[in-house]
Amino acid sequence: MAKTLFEKIWDRHVVRELPDGTSLIYIDRHLVHEVTSPQAFEGLRLTGRKVRHPELTFSTMDHNVPTDESRLTIKDPVSKAQVEALEKNCGDFGITLYGIGDDHQGIVHVIGPEMGITVPGLTVVCGDSHTSTHGAFGTLAFGIGTSEVEHVLATQTLRQKKPKTFKVEYTGQLQPHVHSKDMVLKLIGMIGTAGGTGSVFEFCGEAVESLSMEARMTICNMSIEGGAKAGLIAPDQTTFDYILAEDRPFAPKGAALDKAMAEWKALPTDPGASFDRTLTIDASQIAPQVSWGTSPGMVIDVDQPVPGLNDVPGYSAADVQKALDYMGLKAGQSMSDSDLDIVFIGSCTNSRIEDLRRAAKMLDGKKKADHVRLMVVPGSQQVRKQAEEEGLDEVFKSAGAEWRWAGCSMCLAMNPDKLSPQERCASTSNRNFEGRQGAGGRTHLVSPEMAAAAAVEGRFVDIRNWN
Amino acid sequence: MEAFTTHRGILAPLDRANVDTDQIIPKQFLKSIKRTGFGPSAFFDWRYTLEGKPNPEFELNEPRYEQRSLLVTRNNFGCGSSREHAVWSLAQDGYKVIIAPYRGEGNDRVPGFADIFKNNCSKNGVVTVELSEEEVEEIFQAVYGEEGLEASLDLEAQVLTLHTSAGETTFSFEYDPSVKNKLLLGLDDIEESLQYLDDITGFETSHDTYIHPVEA
Repeated sequence: MAKTLFEKIWDRHVVRELPDGTSLIYIDRHLVHEVTSPQAFEGLRLTGRKVRHPELTFSTMDHNVPTDESRLTIKDPVSKAQVEALEKNCGDFGITLYGIGDDHQGIVHVIGPEMGITVPGLTVVCGDSHTSTHGAFGTLAFGIGTSEVEHVLATQTLRQKKPKTFKVEYTGQLQPHVHSKDMVLKLIGMIGTAGGTGSVFEFCGEAVESLSMEARMTICNMSIEGGAKAGLIAPDQTTFDYILAEDRPFAPKGAALDKAMAEWKALPTDPGASFDRTLTIDASQIAPQVSWGTSPGMVIDVDQPVPGLNDVPGYSAADVQKALDYMGLKAGQSMSDSDLDIVFIGSCTNSRIEDLRRAAKMLDGKKKADHVRLMVVPGSQQVRKQAEEEGLDEVFKSAGAEWRWAGCSMCLAMNPDKLSPQERCASTSNRNFEGRQGAGGRTHLVSPEMAAAAAVEGRFVDIRNWN
Repeated sequence: MEAFTTHRGILAPLDRANVDTDQIIPKQFLKSIKRTGFGPSAFFDWRYTLEGKPNPEFELNEPRYEQRSLLVTRNNFGCGSSREHAVWSLAQDGYKVIIAPYRGEGNDRVPGFADIFKNNCSKNGVVTVELSEEEVEEIFQAVYGEEGLEASLDLEAQVLTLHTSAGETTFSFEYDPSVKNKLLLGLDDIEESLQYLDDITGFETSHDTYIHPVEA
């Protein structure tokens, strides 16, 4: 029978069908960070259990770490205790840790692919909803809660109900300066933040096939913002080139690679395989996207006016009013009417080398607006190093940006980088929820190019008509 | 985990859609390495003023809901971050049951709760009840119409009952049988899965994880 990419990966990982209707699924990679793991390790200690496969478990610190010069010394005692707990837990249970100060430290979803920890055909989990990022490799990757983190540590499995499949096909090619962030924001605007709940997306079509691995990761990263458990893209030559191009220490080598490669090439969805739901989007019609509200589904084309109370499908007039009030916006105004205070380029969505290259191209030879604070936060120390080798840091610094070290930074404000109440931010991150970047802060989600241009102008511009 | 069979208590409304887990528990409380102490921080930014006082404009702060243990809300509750701290905070703040509407039918049906949140609830003895939008609207009207309205939940029967002064109204709901059994018996997930240790070990002998072993 013709199978989808998802079904092939799923079937490869079923240890046993359980009497209660769930499946016991084997987990190939478990990524661990400091925020959602301490209670899980505590659970292991209380029950005298061990980590079943420390060699399949990898850890880094990202959420709490400062990204400025003070990065090696966390001042907040509570953050410090959490980071120290991870050090102790990894030491006690024999888990590889890329901690603060390590050359390979970074955002967990950036270092996984970078280190070859993520390859096609796997199951990858992490106590973090943006684990969906790794789906760009044709690997089933999803976020789990702390109870499940403990379950995976102890058993290397999870009990799961089989999700539905949802094919999202992007036909045609993107306009210049429109990119994968716009593709995924457009989708979320169309289906809403619950549109994919209970499903796994498979992103496909001409526009997806043309994307680099970095750009594919951006789309899969925000699957969760569309409600989906995971997002998948079939592995192809772009995927294989990424894995082979650099030193990726944990990726298979030699005969093991040959065997793996043969299996990976058989992963793409078979012709005629059926999906529970399908949606087709004409990529050539996608404009640069900007979120105006407090949910990733509250998003418009940059040249559209801010919507009125009854103009937002899936949201009540009361919800729209609350969002407009919180964001300090009025229905009918243009997105370029409001001054920006901060531009944040970073996060697991858009902090990879290609994202930085795209932003740098926009900023080259230009200066940020005086009233704007511009932060560029690479996703990993390796991305930072590569950017410096390419001279991107000089472009950013000349433009007046703060050039930071790796971490989650202002995406979620668990570290010293945060917005003050009512500060308006153009952000390449993934969530514009109330208070996400700091209590009272106002977040607009955009692509790295849109963010960079906004930093120069001090307000949003349509990147397609900007020099 | 404590077994859940039936529960009766005061019902409270939260008339907002797409309540994300950043709203249920903001990030500053995620730095704790403990599993307890999250209750007073539930809905922190809505619940308290910037000065740290209870915000009188937040509906769950109304005195009539002080003793509540069931919550009725709108669609897509618990979206966003996977943080289980959100469920810990609700459970520790006294919520046993959360009701939200699904939308649409068949393959197009969108559940009332986000996936990871719902799953996290099941690990912490919090029952998520999904009803139609019309049924949830009826419950909202009943809550607003009668102070101290009580509701009860019978998990075995999969029935939610509103105890209004005019009589009882019941709502049947669908519930995942695997989760139901676990909650009714208060079973531990890991203990359960470890019964299949032989299967896991057997699976591992032929399964390729594609890892290249690197000496630390």
